[in-house]
Amino acid sequence: MGMGLGMDETFDAGFFVRWLEAAASAVDREAGRLTELDSAIGDADHGANLKRGFAAVAELLAEEPPATPGAVLVSAGRQLISTVGGASGPLYGTLLRRTGKALGEDRRVGRERLAEAFAVGVAAVSQLGGAQVGDKTMLDALTPAAEALRTSFGAARTAAEEGALATVPLQARKGRASYLGERSIGHQDPGATSSALLFAELAETARAEGAA
Amino acid sequence: MSGAAPVGIVLVSHSAEVAASVAELAVGLAGGGGTAPILPAGGLPDGGLGTSAELILAAAEAVDGGAGVALLVDLGSAVLTVKALLAEGDELPEGARLVDAPFVEGAVAALVTASAGGDLDAVAAAASEAYAYRKE
Repeated sequence: MGMGLGMDETFDAGFFVRWLEAAASAVDREAGRLTELDSAIGDADHGANLKRGFAAVAELLAEEPPATPGAVLVSAGRQLISTVGGASGPLYGTLLRRTGKALGEDRRVGRERLAEAFAVGVAAVSQLGGAQVGDKTMLDALTPAAEALRTSFGAARTAAEEGALATVPLQARKGRASYLGERSIGHQDPGATSSALLFAELAETARAEGAA
Repeated sequence: MSGAAPVGIVLVSHSAEVAASVAELAVGLAGGGGTAPILPAGGLPDGGLGTSAELILAAAEAVDGGAGVALLVDLGSAVLTVKALLAEGDELPEGARLVDAPFVEGAVAALVTASAGGDLDAVAAAASEAYAYRKE
């Protein structure tokens, strides 16, 4: 850590625990905004659901910290499926679980390896929900973010934020918002917004360790 | 179609009341007593609207007699949660299956078929066939 190793830097289980703890704080802080976005085109539970789920993740990881990055993500994903209560639970749960499985048993992983694993996780989310980029879902942020992570953590953060903003003019084609048809246009997707939040916290956690 | 245990059925809805009422309706229409096991898994543990993996897993375990469990779901997170649990591979009973069917009609068809001794394939097929019954 902090040795200025740049692109050779690798991350242990503790890094992923710190990321998910930071994500839990961010979700807690932004729960009101997420619910506000969700009340425009959804059922106004996204903030409360994610807050409950990520708080349970942080609690679990504090009690039983797993030994590898993969195990941290698998454990967190399972906890999200168990505790969120809305569609974002199985979707984010699948993202983390499949990403974690793709990381295997290694005790340290590098950024490029993580980017490859995230691509597997994002594909699993697409398959589970039957959604593609452009459907006004979390995939509009996750897909470009996973791709940009091959370049840097900062690029992934920017790509996720831009992807979330790009959902505003889109018409929803999946989930409850799709029932609104054209009336879903003009609102930012709550799922893409929370995805951007997760990648922002990933970039912050990496920056705190001197990684870009 | 032997004397083996019947297929179990779990009804997953965002609402505890909807899941419980549809289960009650299915039991009534399937002939009252002596039906295959059917349980609701509706809403969140605190009574709110949503989908609870915990309630689904408990209901599936309770209705599982070894012949498989048919899970019928309403929409959105109910569908995605059951799919995610099935993908997990080690939490739902062996032979648990998400059945693609209309919730109310499918529940009735599934319970009638399971109570008559139909296996999981027959139960799933009967529930899915309920899609074909047009009302107009």
